[in-house]
Amino acid sequence: MNNRQKWISFSTIVRREIHRFLRIWPQTLVPPIITIVLYFVIFGRLIGSRIGEMSELPYIQFVAPGLIMMSVITNSYSNVVSSFYGSKFQRNIEELLVSPTPNWIILLGYVVGGMSRGLGVGAMVTLLSLYFADFSLHSLPITIGIVLMTSLMFSLAGLINAIFASSFDDISIIPTFVLTPLIYLGGVFYSIDMLGDFWGSVSLINPILYMVNAFRYGMVGITDINIAWSFIMVGLFSVVLFGVALRLLETGSRLRS
Amino acid sequence: MKQQSEPALAISQLSKTYEDGFQALKSVDLEVAPGDFFALLGPNGAGKSTTIGIICSLVRKTTGSIKVFGHDIDQDFSTAKQFVGVVPQEFNFNQFEKPIDILINQAGYYGIPSDVAYERAEKYLKQLALWDKRNTASRTLSGGMKRRLMIARALIHQPKLLVLDEPTAGVDIELRRSMWEFLKEINRQGTTIILTTHYLEEAESLCRNIAIIDHGQIVKNTSIRELLKQLNKETFVLDIREVLDSCPQVEGYPLSLVDEHSLEVVIDKSQSVNKLFTALTEKGIHVLSMRNKTNRLEELFFDLVEKNLQESNHE
Repeated sequence: MNNRQKWISFSTIVRREIHRFLRIWPQTLVPPIITIVLYFVIFGRLIGSRIGEMSELPYIQFVAPGLIMMSVITNSYSNVVSSFYGSKFQRNIEELLVSPTPNWIILLGYVVGGMSRGLGVGAMVTLLSLYFADFSLHSLPITIGIVLMTSLMFSLAGLINAIFASSFDDISIIPTFVLTPLIYLGGVFYSIDMLGDFWGSVSLINPILYMVNAFRYGMVGITDINIAWSFIMVGLFSVVLFGVALRLLETGSRLRS
Repeated sequence: MKQQSEPALAISQLSKTYEDGFQALKSVDLEVAPGDFFALLGPNGAGKSTTIGIICSLVRKTTGSIKVFGHDIDQDFSTAKQFVGVVPQEFNFNQFEKPIDILINQAGYYGIPSDVAYERAEKYLKQLALWDKRNTASRTLSGGMKRRLMIARALIHQPKLLVLDEPTAGVDIELRRSMWEFLKEINRQGTTIILTTHYLEEAESLCRNIAIIDHGQIVKNTSIRELLKQLNKETFVLDIREVLDSCPQVEGYPLSLVDEHSLEVVIDKSQSVNKLFTALTEKGIHVLSMRNKTNRLEELFFDLVEKNLQESNHE
């Protein structure tokens, strides 16, 4: 395949992925918006007003970046895991596997598809959050940089989950038992200063803490951890996950018999 | 030009052992000439689908090599894949997508621009009588339409080698005949076709050359014409005008009574059918019509597979 053919193949996968989640928008776009609105109403307005300030910010301003990041993470992950596993289940992944499309393009196509949904939902949630809270953006490059890298990382993780999955149960285990606890314990709703030395240190092994704090820093200018570390962590995780996903596609593990 | 002088498909010492230890293919060698219409026959589990799976890279081979028009599927996979189109046995398209989208997307995976893809999709959907259904969710198509959709999808990148794994399974006879005509036409236009089928009549009427695979080994690889020459005996069913209460006896012709109006007879290649008719007429029995009990190729196929089974048991 020459470069033009590779580009056509890549854009076909991305277009198909975007078309898929737009076609089933009541399942893919509406639920995360409703969930986040409920978070804003309950944690921001109802309970948040009684909490007062967190890290010298009104609670709703503190929690909003975390909620936006949460929607980016869950949607990036779930788009790729459900789309890729669905293709495996219906066996239409074979359409791609028999074609001359290189594995790295298949990988990038699915990942960009997942990022499109994650970032799209994130953008909608950001617009909604403006109704509940006032922001003056602290750093646009940091905000954009960390949200892109986070979406990339969780799209890659979703693809690896889908490759290993052999039933629909397997694609909900990681989001339910790993992703959700990590998000809830990743500093979305509180500052790790509140946890004390021991639990604060334990929290540092949670990669989502770095993403949420970097994003919060980009939006409102406060963070519990070093921003450079956040980028290094997310970058390293993304490189490792990319390598693993590509290796799985190259070997045909669980895709070719 | 490499692909003009090279075989359409050259399989050398191909073996496949699955993770559970089952050896599906045992050092298979096979060559298919450019422009051929080739049948790959064998009983269930013989290794046909494994061979096809390896050709289109859905199954990983254990040892051996495969070249498509001279391009090795490992070393030159991109070019080799451009030459191959596959129609698998099971439906493997997204049932929620529309036929037109399935074809346009498949063209995209081969790097074909969307305007060219649309033209080709229109051409093949019209030829396969699916154009009216192009915007219907493919899950609502009938079984025959789904099979035709997979053929259109396999042709969208205009492969030089088309591999069909039981393309007419479960398709009614009228539709099957129209699919045969379509396949004959694309073969006439230069596409090499490899076909696996359980309908031996299909192989006999479409294909020029044949390989029979059994227990992962090629047990016969020849032309259909040569193969049929090996048929020494044929079983015929005779429809009789009179009512028969018992089976007539004719020396040299082992007759058996099927029902009161039909007889079955096994005739050796060296024997004359006229002699049998004369002998029956002398006994006051008039033959209204005569037909083969089974397809001729079917008799040979069973002989070869049975022989192979006996040899395997003997070993």
